[in-house]
Amino acid sequence: MSRTYLGMPAFPEAAAVSTGDATLRANLRRATHTIRAKRAAAVAELDDWDQLRAAGAAVKDRTLRHLDRYLLQLEENVTRAGGTVHWAADADEANRIVTDLVRATGETEVVKVKSMATQETGLNAALEQAGIRPYETDLAELIVQLGDDLPSHILVPAIHRSRGEIRDIFRTRMADWGRPAPSGLTDRPSDLAEAARLHLREKFLRAKVAVSGANFMVAETGTLVVVESEGNGRMCLTLPETLISVVGIEKTVPTWQDLEIYLQLLPRSATAERMNPYTSMWTGTTDDDGPRSFHLVLLDNGRTDALADRTGRQVLRCIRCSACLNVCPVYERAGGHAYGSPYPGPIGAVLTPQLRGLASPLEESLPFASSLCGACYDVCPVAIDIPEILVHLRERVVQGGEVTTRGIRTVVKPAKKHLAERAMMHAAGWTLDHPRALRRAQRLAARTRRLHPRRLPGPGRAWSDTRELPPLPTEPFRDWWARTRGGTA
Amino acid sequence: MRGTSRDRILARVRRALADVPAHERPQDHPVPRDYLRTHGARTPAESADLLAENLADYRAVVHRVAATGLPALLTELLGRRGARRVAVPAGLPAEWLAQAPVEQVPDSAGLTARELDAVDSVVTGCALAIAETGTVVLDAGPDQGRRLITLVPDHHVCVVRTADQIVDSVPQALGRLDPARPLTWISGPSATSDIELDRVEGVHGPRALDVILVHDGRPRDEQAVTGDSAPARGL
Amino acid sequence: MRVGLFVTCVNDTLFPRTGRSVVALLERLGVQVDFPLEQTCCGQPLYNTGYRHRAESLVLGLARAFRDHDVIVTPSGSCAAMVRDNYPRIAARAATEQRATGRAEALAEAAAAVVPKTYELTEFLVDVLGVTDVGACFPHTVTYHPTCHGLRVLGLGDRPRRLLEAVEGLELRELPGAEECCGFGGTFAVKNPAVSAAMGTDKARAVTGSAAQVLCTADNSCLMHIGGILARQGSPVRPVHIAEILASTDGKLL
Repeated sequence: MSRTYLGMPAFPEAAAVSTGDATLRANLRRATHTIRAKRAAAVAELDDWDQLRAAGAAVKDRTLRHLDRYLLQLEENVTRAGGTVHWAADADEANRIVTDLVRATGETEVVKVKSMATQETGLNAALEQAGIRPYETDLAELIVQLGDDLPSHILVPAIHRSRGEIRDIFRTRMADWGRPAPSGLTDRPSDLAEAARLHLREKFLRAKVAVSGANFMVAETGTLVVVESEGNGRMCLTLPETLISVVGIEKTVPTWQDLEIYLQLLPRSATAERMNPYTSMWTGTTDDDGPRSFHLVLLDNGRTDALADRTGRQVLRCIRCSACLNVCPVYERAGGHAYGSPYPGPIGAVLTPQLRGLASPLEESLPFASSLCGACYDVCPVAIDIPEILVHLRERVVQGGEVTTRGIRTVVKPAKKHLAERAMMHAAGWTLDHPRALRRAQRLAARTRRLHPRRLPGPGRAWSDTRELPPLPTEPFRDWWARTRGGTA
Repeated sequence: MRGTSRDRILARVRRALADVPAHERPQDHPVPRDYLRTHGARTPAESADLLAENLADYRAVVHRVAATGLPALLTELLGRRGARRVAVPAGLPAEWLAQAPVEQVPDSAGLTARELDAVDSVVTGCALAIAETGTVVLDAGPDQGRRLITLVPDHHVCVVRTADQIVDSVPQALGRLDPARPLTWISGPSATSDIELDRVEGVHGPRALDVILVHDGRPRDEQAVTGDSAPARGL
Repeated sequence: MRVGLFVTCVNDTLFPRTGRSVVALLERLGVQVDFPLEQTCCGQPLYNTGYRHRAESLVLGLARAFRDHDVIVTPSGSCAAMVRDNYPRIAARAATEQRATGRAEALAEAAAAVVPKTYELTEFLVDVLGVTDVGACFPHTVTYHPTCHGLRVLGLGDRPRRLLEAVEGLELRELPGAEECCGFGGTFAVKNPAVSAAMGTDKARAVTGSAAQVLCTADNSCLMHIGGILARQGSPVRPVHIAEILASTDGKLL
């Protein structure tokens, strides 16, 4: 049975465990540092990167501001080209639509090309429940599926696995799913890729139904675009008779010309390539070439709730490149699973709480899973100001306020966990509003400095467990100033 | 049911956008398009060189040949590979493979993926090629055939006419392509970065990609620029 | 030009030597500095933890404290970034809310008043005073960690390095992975202690590996975090704010 993200603990608890995993830390460090340098070089090749980035953000903003019009235009053009468009308000509805479509073909197997949307809806578990076996065909998704694991990265879901671990998973699990791993399989990446090629080829050749996502949907033409590397996408998009694509409504772009921006931004941001090995574009169905029947499932599942938030809506520009994950120091230490959703890293910390709402301690903890260092914003190819959204969502958590949940506008209360902190912050705020009160507090602290313990009790332990406290000075700066420069306080 | 969710989602979108003025049209939200149409000015010969260099950088094997030398080169490449059965799109010029001692498997609606799995190579033309990214684009035209024939065989030989099929950039390419046709953009053989974010060539698509740049005129320095011998550019 | 020192609440309370060094340095360069005693805090800890409304009065307070000054100089990249990046944002957000009349206008006025005249110390030295050689002498090996808000929000660039390179006797050591966050992050350090400590430990390892005697930053809060880890490890590396190095003329600190 496919694992799901249900019941995951809050970020700090999960991260406290994962940061202690030396193997995980080493795997993530190696992978993210490799890609960081490559991405920087690939971006530096283009003199007009900043202009592309600004255009990429602006096109998405234009689309979002008129999303209803573009969705209708898209639907019309997909339908005209021979496709069928379905609308799914939430995950359950999307899964039900896909399950029914597969059942209608009479098939009990589907091949899947990596799709964040179906990870989000938990489609695999839903299909299995209906007696349909989903086969993941992206190499990393295959590693995750064979290992009964969860994805930990948007682009490279098995980034937490080293080549040795992947070899072991292939050796022990491939036979349960089809063609076993070649005997004597080594941990050389080329050998592992070859094993996946052999294992999956028989599935591609017999598949009648495929499920995909899409990177872009062009409203004016009804064209869908899938950007990939391995060719498993082409296999799924071309060989089966029925293709079902589940795509978030925010993947829409208005015009064919707009692709010229994103096809330059995405590969360099994602895999640091000038262009990814394969990009497929299709418009409805084509006689005698590719699937005879094409279904597009347009997914909301919280996206319109994010759209309703004027600060938070920029998250819907995201093109899922993963550059923010690869550069994030928190992601590098905590790993993807700590984020409790298929969207880990900085983008996950702002996307998950908006898609799901502040539904549990996990979602409430995600906006705080950042040191606000800003590296994510620097590399984002569509200029999503992730630190700004993080702070905005923190405010929702600690102060409450207006949110939209499943289309309904409500006012949420401050999270219970933060009541003591809130009282403390207000007391601190009051002191800071009154310079004389601040001075009294500073003097009291200075006078009692010898009595202060080196390790703090209560919440302060989080500091002093790993760090020394700075020694308190004998007099605060303002007293020195008053004493030597004659000012008065 | 279907109508219900469609209406519900569209209503949610409209409610979410309450702050967007009712009179605002999409074009009222500005999109700066001051990015470059091409990255640098090049002569056609320089564009062909850049295409060759970038294709080779991602481990495609690039060959340069005069039109008169194409049949001989194709024969040599298929021979070097030991290909016996070769998939051929319906509109491929017959003279291209006239000399090759191979069994030609013509593309047709009845040719299945399983049959193609027993084919060694495929030879096609292309719709265009993009120099800056090292990309060839197929649009299922008569000399390219259906999408699956360039996917299932393990070896793809793609012929690009340098005189009129090379563009410099992605923006130029999109301007020349027809979205109504199924399009496949190919930049090197299949690859993956899924193991430790390190690039490995050769997964599901053809693991060997030969690209032939055909120029008009007399036969001259016909050489292969291989992935291994070409200088790497930045990546 | 009336120059006011915004020393910041952290420096005022915990690192007064940094403030005294700024005063000594600027006076040596012929700049008369004033310290308005009404000042407290820029509001960053409150704002970044989600208490935006509670931070509003501090925005107004800072503008009030420095109303008579042409320039605000602060020895903190992070607090300068708070003023320049977030004060306009706080005002803009207030304008979308239905609250006490005049509040949004007052915030917008405060932001407009302080944003253009607020400088982080190294910016003030290099851009306003036009100096990189401030006449300092500090014969020690130093490694410099560019803190995130100075690096990415303010865009301090190579200003701190140029200042340090001009210090007599100072030998600058490369810090591997310098641009990576140290893991302080304000309340992040206590809300996500495991990740914060892991980041700080990696940073401390890079500092130790640089074999410098002194770790220098333009932000005492990050320095307190990295320095606290170095001290717990028993490392002899000494954390020193850049103002204290630039103020030194005899290799010693104030």
